[in-house]
Amino acid sequence: MKRFTWFNATSLALGFSFLYLPIVILVIYSFNAGRSVAVWGGWSTRWYGEVFDNEQLLDAAWVTLKVGMLSASVATVLGTMAAIALTRFGRFRGRLLFSGMVYAPLVMPEVITGLSLLLLFVAVDFDRGFWTITLSHITFTMCFVAVVVQSRLVGFDKSLEEAAMDLGCRPVGTFFRITLPIIWPAVVSGWMLAFTLSLDDLVIASFATGPGATTLPMKIYSDVRLGVKPEINAVCTLMIAVVSIAVIAASILTKRQEAEREKAERAAFAAGG
Amino acid sequence: MTGGGRWGRWVVIGIPYLWMVVLFLVPFLIVAKISLSTSIIAAPPYEPVFASLAEVWTKIGDFTAMNYGRLISESIYVESYLSSVWIALSSTVLMLFVAYPLAYGMARAPKAWRPTLLMMVILPFWTSFLIRVYAWIGILSEEGLLNWVLVSLGLVDEPITFLATTRAVYIGIIYSYLPFMVLPLYSSLEKLDDTLIEAAQDLGCTPLQAFWRVTFPLSVPGVIAGSFLVFIPAVGEFVIPDLLGGSDTVMIGKTLWEEFFNNRDWPAASAVAITLLMLLVVPIVVFQNAQAKAQEAER
Repeated sequence: MKRFTWFNATSLALGFSFLYLPIVILVIYSFNAGRSVAVWGGWSTRWYGEVFDNEQLLDAAWVTLKVGMLSASVATVLGTMAAIALTRFGRFRGRLLFSGMVYAPLVMPEVITGLSLLLLFVAVDFDRGFWTITLSHITFTMCFVAVVVQSRLVGFDKSLEEAAMDLGCRPVGTFFRITLPIIWPAVVSGWMLAFTLSLDDLVIASFATGPGATTLPMKIYSDVRLGVKPEINAVCTLMIAVVSIAVIAASILTKRQEAEREKAERAAFAAGG
Repeated sequence: MTGGGRWGRWVVIGIPYLWMVVLFLVPFLIVAKISLSTSIIAAPPYEPVFASLAEVWTKIGDFTAMNYGRLISESIYVESYLSSVWIALSSTVLMLFVAYPLAYGMARAPKAWRPTLLMMVILPFWTSFLIRVYAWIGILSEEGLLNWVLVSLGLVDEPITFLATTRAVYIGIIYSYLPFMVLPLYSSLEKLDDTLIEAAQDLGCTPLQAFWRVTFPLSVPGVIAGSFLVFIPAVGEFVIPDLLGGSDTVMIGKTLWEEFFNNRDWPAASAVAITLLMLLVVPIVVFQNAQAKAQEAER
């Protein structure tokens, strides 16, 4: 019998306050009427108004969103392919190098990834800006997608795929009719992970970009370096809201899908037996 | 899909493979190459040498170990390597004291709460890293919330300087990487068989002794996994020392950034990058071996 003691309850309370208080304080101060970020001057939404008047911020947000959508989508396709190659194709020539390249970016310090990509873009004389940020984000986020999808691929019964092929399904058909529906929750969370990593990234984007493109984290970073501004609190609150809503919605959605799939499976078994 | 069409197999392996070779392996080789070349002082960094890719490789004659020699002879580099390792190591140890009670509390909480508690640990990880670091600037500043609380409680007479000190960097690292430590700790504590602790207590152990002799040793795999997951990225950290640390807080990620963006010395930045990687290869390999062993033990 596990005992949940006062000590446990206190450490949970303290631990979660430590995790959440800074974010809560940031959100509260985004509604501060005063210019100071430390002294409370009453409630107001004026900083939100200023955010929507600040063209540079809106531009940066738009660039970030485009980069995130595009890079997460490509990274999800490439990462899923890499996961399938690593789990379903047995041995192939160069497999060791391939798995090394897929795992390495997960632990590679961002400054190194950023520096090396920039040097590549300079070496081939590629115009730096929107596209170089997108290419860089695809490269480092596809590895995270590969890991997430791979864990799902390892976890499910291969005989389902084999059965489909015994019944005459071609490999491509098997993938789209059997494999993809089963790994779908992992693919969705892989996309989400890639998207948030892209929204979040400051270091790699700073190296990869050129004069033309500024992402929201780069804009926030350069503003923060010049001193804390209340608009930044408002922007951060908006970003937190968007991400939290997306994460919670995605988790509810995948849970519901999972439950439906299980129900269908049970029904199929009942019908068969 | 096993034994699927040769053509399909070729495409599925080939596309991501080619992508990673072009955008991961080749760039890395370029960094290695540049770290061994002479820097052209007072020229826009590397532009003339880098007119084309072909030219990069014809310049291979200018091999020099000078950049690495500088890493050893100039104290700023040695200092920032040492202090990065020290800051990462000590914040990992400090973090254990925060993360362990939290993970322990989660593992002992009623079963129905656990998924929610787990979700609550993961959720901050989804919100931007930059924002989470930024949130601390307001709290730690001279007239910030932390000082206001300390002064009004009468714990200190006048505000303490937190911001722009190494102390703030510790707080930033512990805060930002906490989920990485809590999750592996939780998964090893959750598996723990409670009858072992009861047995220890029946045999005359006090609760504290039972913890040290039974619970803690069994959670060591989680402690090791969490420590590596925190230590490795913390060594190369840039955002935290840059925003929360002062000018006397030198960390290698920050040195690389400044070498590159402020001094525009690309060869030196590349040499710093290669050395940083060498520094991290050992912990990464040790960690992966430990993980593989743990997985085998579970089977």
